[in-house]
Amino acid sequence: MTNLSATAPILLEARGLAFYRQDEPVFGPLDFRLREGEVALVEGDNGSGKTTLLRILAGLLRLDEGELSWRGLPWRRVEHLGDTLFLGHHLGLKGDLSARENLAVAAGTYGTRDGRDVAGVLSSIGLGGYEDEPVRRLSAGQKKRAALARLLLLPATLWLLDEPYANLDRTGIELVNRLLAEHSAEGGAALVTSHGAVSFLSGEPTRVRMHA
Amino acid sequence: MSHATLASACAAVLRRDLTLAWRRRGDITMPVLYALIVVTLFPFALGPEDALLQRIAGGVVLLTMLLAMLLALDAMFRSDIEDGSLEQLMLSPQPLAMMLAMKILAHWITTALPLIVIAPLLAGMLHLPASVMPVLVYALLLATPLLSLLGAVLVALTAGSRRSGMLLALMLLPLCVPVVIFAAGAVAAAQQGLPWLAPIAWLGAALVMALVLAPLACAAALRIALDA
Repeated sequence: MTNLSATAPILLEARGLAFYRQDEPVFGPLDFRLREGEVALVEGDNGSGKTTLLRILAGLLRLDEGELSWRGLPWRRVEHLGDTLFLGHHLGLKGDLSARENLAVAAGTYGTRDGRDVAGVLSSIGLGGYEDEPVRRLSAGQKKRAALARLLLLPATLWLLDEPYANLDRTGIELVNRLLAEHSAEGGAALVTSHGAVSFLSGEPTRVRMHA
Repeated sequence: MSHATLASACAAVLRRDLTLAWRRRGDITMPVLYALIVVTLFPFALGPEDALLQRIAGGVVLLTMLLAMLLALDAMFRSDIEDGSLEQLMLSPQPLAMMLAMKILAHWITTALPLIVIAPLLAGMLHLPASVMPVLVYALLLATPLLSLLGAVLVALTAGSRRSGMLLALMLLPLCVPVVIFAAGAVAAAQQGLPWLAPIAWLGAALVMALVLAPLACAAALRIALDA
């Protein structure tokens, strides 16, 4: 999946990244770089700060220490709004709205990729026939799929996926891998967390280890 | 790749919140029922004396409306924080203050507008003269969005803490006082046949200021709340 040349331009580079919660170190210092078309696996035990790292990169948490650069320039939060997609533990779906309505809101605020529309994305994500069902009536895996549909529909360079494989069945896991492969082929990059030793990513992805 | 314009984003957020409110219609009727019950009970407690009811009608209706609005205030951002929608909204390439302004607008439409619609009916039950009705409606049209905006800032400030209801009530009290004074002042002046434009103009001025500043304060407060 990451069989790209080491010469692809560096998208995101972190040097000495560290985060403290009430003076307790959560993680760090952490160094890593992410190239265009690269999918990196963030590894660490429970509580090692994987989610915190993704939230910092999304711009939801303030960075305490270290430097972040994006395409060689210092990283600034406002420039990344809309260019970074974050999929967290909370899926950001409204239970009373259908998957179609949820996606329409996302498309309205983020914009859409060329040639993608809500109906097409929902059927390719495996939610065909459930488009108008309120999301709260869907199963955990189907909710996850509804959230993953955002990745297909919205334009972004960097994906930050927190446990994207959780709750998914075998075909769901293949679906995530397919999404990541397509994204990487288009020159996008992704950081994916996984708490277990098992990674579902094929090949040998770049690894970011939270503990040295 | 089609970028989302500010207008389409505003429309999407507004439509979402209104749809959500419509799916939970029961919650919208709560403040209306509350106002109806309170105003109905007043004559029973004070006795059906027309002159007395007439004198207190404006104040009772105003206070009931404002308190009824407080019932729904607490929930303004809660579900969005709990299900992660607020994070998604924050990360969207849109000015957060505008998006929150749309949420506040949706909140006002779903809680305050029904109350304003029944306000003349409630005031009529307390024998408020028909000539004063328009002033009451003007006062409510300015006071309720003002309260929504001020309330939204406080809800955003207390969003990070558990059991924020108590804190919210305490913080809102001093901000409610001027709103009540000017709104009730206008109604009382109209009832005595005095010019009532000045207090209404004060409310309007405060509303304009809140319209500009409150969404910005809201956005800053919610960023801090999610940072914790």
